[in-house]
Amino acid sequence: MSEEELKSENSYIPEDDKKSEGESKQRWFQRLRKNIQTTTSEKKEVPEGLWSKCPECNYICTSSELEENLFVCPKCGYHHRIGSEDYFKILFDNKEFKEHFAGIKSVDFLGFTDLKSYQKRLDDIYSKTDLKDSMRVASGQLNGAPIIIACMDFAFIGGSLGSVMGEKFSRAVDYAINQKIPFMVISKSGGARMMESAFSLMQMAKTSAKLSQLSDAQLPYVSLLTDPTFGGVSASFAMLGDINIAEPGALIGFAGPRIIKETIRKDLPKGFQRSEFLLDHGFLDFIADRISLKDKLSIMLRHFKV
Amino acid sequence: MPQYPNRQFLDFEKPIKELYEQIDQAKKLAEKNPKIDYNSNIEQLEALILAKRKEITDNLTPWQRVQLSRHPDRPYTLKYIDKMTTDFVELYGDRNVKDDKAMVGGFASLDGETIMFIGQQKGTNTKQRQLRNFGMANPEGYRKALRLMRLAEKFNKPIVTLIDTPGAFPGMEAEERGQSEAIARNIYEMFRLKVPVICIIIGEGASGGALGIGVGDRVFMLENSWYTVISPENCSSILWRSWDYKETAAEQLKLTSDYMSEFGLVDGVISEPVGGAHWDYDLAAATLKDTIKKSLAELKKVSAEKRISQRIAKFEKMGNFEEVKA
Repeated sequence: MSEEELKSENSYIPEDDKKSEGESKQRWFQRLRKNIQTTTSEKKEVPEGLWSKCPECNYICTSSELEENLFVCPKCGYHHRIGSEDYFKILFDNKEFKEHFAGIKSVDFLGFTDLKSYQKRLDDIYSKTDLKDSMRVASGQLNGAPIIIACMDFAFIGGSLGSVMGEKFSRAVDYAINQKIPFMVISKSGGARMMESAFSLMQMAKTSAKLSQLSDAQLPYVSLLTDPTFGGVSASFAMLGDINIAEPGALIGFAGPRIIKETIRKDLPKGFQRSEFLLDHGFLDFIADRISLKDKLSIMLRHFKV
Repeated sequence: MPQYPNRQFLDFEKPIKELYEQIDQAKKLAEKNPKIDYNSNIEQLEALILAKRKEITDNLTPWQRVQLSRHPDRPYTLKYIDKMTTDFVELYGDRNVKDDKAMVGGFASLDGETIMFIGQQKGTNTKQRQLRNFGMANPEGYRKALRLMRLAEKFNKPIVTLIDTPGAFPGMEAEERGQSEAIARNIYEMFRLKVPVICIIIGEGASGGALGIGVGDRVFMLENSWYTVISPENCSSILWRSWDYKETAAEQLKLTSDYMSEFGLVDGVISEPVGGAHWDYDLAAATLKDTIKKSLAELKKVSAEKRISQRIAKFEKMGNFEEVKA
C-alpha cells in the first residue's frame, strides 16, 4: 500500500496537522475519538487472560494450567481466590451438582445510601456478573457420599453476610436435616453487609440458631475458611464447625489488620491472622490444601458416620 | 448521680446548663437579699429545665441519640444492678486466661428472686475507663460471660444481660485468643440455654460485641440506646472513606430504638426519664426492673423446650429478601 492510499484511508486529520504535515514527523496512529467509549455494561469484569501470574512468587503459567492445578500456584502453592462455581466443580463428583434457593435476592429495605445507594450497588453487580448474591448453595456427591455445600462469592460485595446469605444458610440446614446429610460451608467474606444494618447483624444469630438445630439432628457441620474470612462471618458460623478447616495462608480474623494496627499503634508480626497462626493458637482442626481437600473431607465425613 | 455543678452537658444540652446557671445566680442573690423571695423564680426555672429536657429529647437526631447513649453521666451496668437488686455477689474470671474488667457478672436478688446479671461495664473517670477498656471486652470477657451463664443454667436461675459496648476489642491478643470464636460460641450457646434469658441494650449496642451476650427470649432497648452492625464512625470510615459522615451514617443505619422495634428486631423499647437515663438513675432502674419482672413472669410460664424453640424461631424470621423464580 502506498503512502497516498494510507492517507486516504485515515480520513480524518485535524486542520493543524494537515498544515504542518510537511515539516513535522508523520503520525502513524491517529486517535479518532477521545476517552473510553465502552459502556460499563459491555465491559468484562475480568478479561479471561491466557497467562496468569502468581501474586506471591511471580511465577507465570497458562490459565488452563492453573485451573488444572485447582488454582493453586504450581511453584509456590499459593491459593488463588476462587468463587463458588470453582469450589463446586472441585468438590462435587464429576463436577455435577444441583443448585438450591437461587431465586432468593437482596432488597434495599432500608433505602440505604452511602456514596451510592445499596440498590445501585446491587444493580451494578448484577450487570457485571452472573452472581445473584454472595452465597450459593448446591447439593451433590462427594466421593460418592451426599452432601450440601454453601459457598461464598467474594466478588459479590465482598462476600458480605446479609439477609440473603442468612436465609440460604438457614434453608440449607433445613435441607441437610431433611435429607440427613452433612452440611459444609466455604467462607470467604469481609464480614457483615453494612447496607443492611441491624438485619445483617441478626444473620449472625440466625445462622448460629440453625446450627444448633443441625447439632440436635447429630449431623456433621464442616466449616472451611478461605482467604479472607472476617467480622460477622468468622464471629458466627465460620468458627462453629464440628471441624474448622482452612486453606493454607488464608487471612482469618475478627477485626481487619488495619483496624488492629490503628488500635494498638504497633506493627503486626509476620504471619499474623494467617491460617497457620490460627492453627498454632488452637482455632483450626487442620489446614488442607485445595489439592488434597476433597479426599481429606471424605475421610473425615466417614468418621462422623454412625 | 452527679448533681449540678458536677453534671456534664452535651452540646445540645447546653441550654439546660444555662438554666442551671440562672438558678445558681438566683440562689446567690437570695443569700445577699434575704428580704426578697426568690423561691418562685427558682421554681419557675426548675420547671423550665424539665420542659427543656423534654423538648430536647423530643427532637433528637439519630446521631444525638448515639451521643446520649454515650453520655458521660449515663448509668452503666453495675449502677443498674446496684439500683435494682440486693445481695449482689460479683463473680470474676473465665477460668482460663484472666478476668476481663470490661465484662462483669454475678448473682443478685431482684425482689427476692436470684438472677444472673451479666454485662459490659464502662468506667466513670479516665482511670476507670482504661481499666474497663471503654467497655470493649476481650475473648476472656465473652468466655467469662458464658461460664456465668452455664453456672446460672446449672442452678436454674434466669439470666439478664445488660449490653453497653462500642464493640468487641480489636486487639492483637484478642485475635490470638480467638475473639471470633468466643463471640460465635456465645451466640450459639445462648440459643441452647434452658433458663429464661433477657437481654437489654442500655447504651451502645455495637455489632458482634453486643450480640455476643445478646441472644435472648426477650431483647429490649432503652429509649436512648442504639443497636446495629457497626458504630456510625466506623461505618463512615469504611463506606464514605472518611470520618466526617458519622451523622449521615447514623441516619442511614436506622440504629435507634424506635426503628429497631418497628423492624421487629427487638421486642420492645424501655422508656427513660425525661431527657435521658442520666437525669434520674432511680427512675431509670425502676422502669428497667419492671420490664425484667414482667418478662420473667411471662417466660416462666413456658417450658424450657418451648422457650428454646421460640427463641430460635424469633431469630430465624429476621431478614429481608425477595424470592424470584430461579
